[in-house]
Amino acid sequence: MPPGEPLLRPDWVVNNLDVIGERLAEHLGMTATAVGVGFVISFVLALLIRRRRALHATVVGAAGILYAIPSLALFAFLIPFTGISFVTAEIALVSYTLLILVRNILLGLDSVPPDVLEAADGMGYTSRQRLWRVELPIALPIIVAGLRIATVTTIGLVTVTSLIGQGGLGYLIVVAGINAFFPTAIYVGALLSVALAVAADALLLAVQRRLTPWSAARGETS
Amino acid sequence: MTLIEELGAWLADPAHWTGPDGLLTRLLEHIALSGACLAMAVAIALPIGLWIGHTGRGAAAVIRAANIGQALPTLGVIGIILPLTANIEPYGFDLIPSIVALVALAIPPIVTNTYAGLRQVDPEAIEAGRGMGMRELQLLGLVEVPLALPSVLAGLRISAVQVVATATLAAVLGAGGLGRLIIDGIAQQDDAQLFIGALLVAILAIATELSFAGLQRLAISPGVRGRRAVRESAADA
Repeated sequence: MPPGEPLLRPDWVVNNLDVIGERLAEHLGMTATAVGVGFVISFVLALLIRRRRALHATVVGAAGILYAIPSLALFAFLIPFTGISFVTAEIALVSYTLLILVRNILLGLDSVPPDVLEAADGMGYTSRQRLWRVELPIALPIIVAGLRIATVTTIGLVTVTSLIGQGGLGYLIVVAGINAFFPTAIYVGALLSVALAVAADALLLAVQRRLTPWSAARGETS
Repeated sequence: MTLIEELGAWLADPAHWTGPDGLLTRLLEHIALSGACLAMAVAIALPIGLWIGHTGRGAAAVIRAANIGQALPTLGVIGIILPLTANIEPYGFDLIPSIVALVALAIPPIVTNTYAGLRQVDPEAIEAGRGMGMRELQLLGLVEVPLALPSVLAGLRISAVQVVATATLAAVLGAGGLGRLIIDGIAQQDDAQLFIGALLVAILAIATELSFAGLQRLAISPGVRGRRAVRESAADA
């Protein structure tokens, strides 16, 4: 850092609100895309696993290996094929959501009591009606808990995509900040990304509590 | 040139192996950085976890703080520390922010799992220890910790794998480690170099996971590991 450079220049922040806003929007967009696409894929995988239990070990094992690969390494594996691009970033981000989401969707669906399923069958529900009207509403709190973990993890990982030319708030930290020796940009990016992760966690926790008033009443936290 | 040919050509150059920027140096730097950070995290987190687990005092606040800590993006933490330490010679610009961020990353899983392990200990076992006249520290060391060990080691394993994986980010500040092969590879558009770096980090992370899983199996008291085995051998006798 250049000597005498203050940690925060309020005038830079005020004059660059549009740039900061753009990066914040990019961060939210990348997170929403990854969690959204990850959820659709995980939902389909979870339904397939429920139809064929033999797939369980294969799918969860593969998702587990993807999850264990460090993020920067996963980006690097993809670069020779998809280049330094938005697609590379999103493939990696989506991969990291799969393990958490598949596991929680299955846990949620498995948490439906057999009596309830029997009652639904007795009332003449088709299996599709039973899934959408009975099983999913009951599974929803556990599924939302999975979405919460996946979202917070993704918000952190999006900052790392700044190393492959994307990054949202990570762009402010790495490119505008660290590489340019400019503490103000580092602080704006770092504090906003930390605040975004904490806010998303709190927001989704509130949604989760809303959906399970009984567990909040017992004082359970997760 | 295909990627396979590029990899072959890269690996054929001995300077890429043993040079000062070679992969052996980077691997050793990576292991040293990760090991040091994990050791520091254990030194901080284990006493905290044992204290809140044994006494129950301050547990809610500490666990809440740990949960928030787990949500913090590591690159954000590195960014927040960097400007504060950048003028400290000689490591303020690279190693110190990396170490602070990695230690901060490793603390929450150790604290929460140590606490959870101690809380799961059967209160009757603790009562029995008290009845035998054990003092608080004896109770902790001879009864609670051995019974909580599976959970304590699980926390250590999560932290170790996360630290090994995340230590790649130290390269963003120019510190060493395997992340350098990836970052330099991206900067130099050298696909072979970044691919090798990625492969080594992935292997190191998986090896860490497996060795801690092995340690977990070795270090757990036979009485806790296989109650059934003990009971069977008792029946044989």
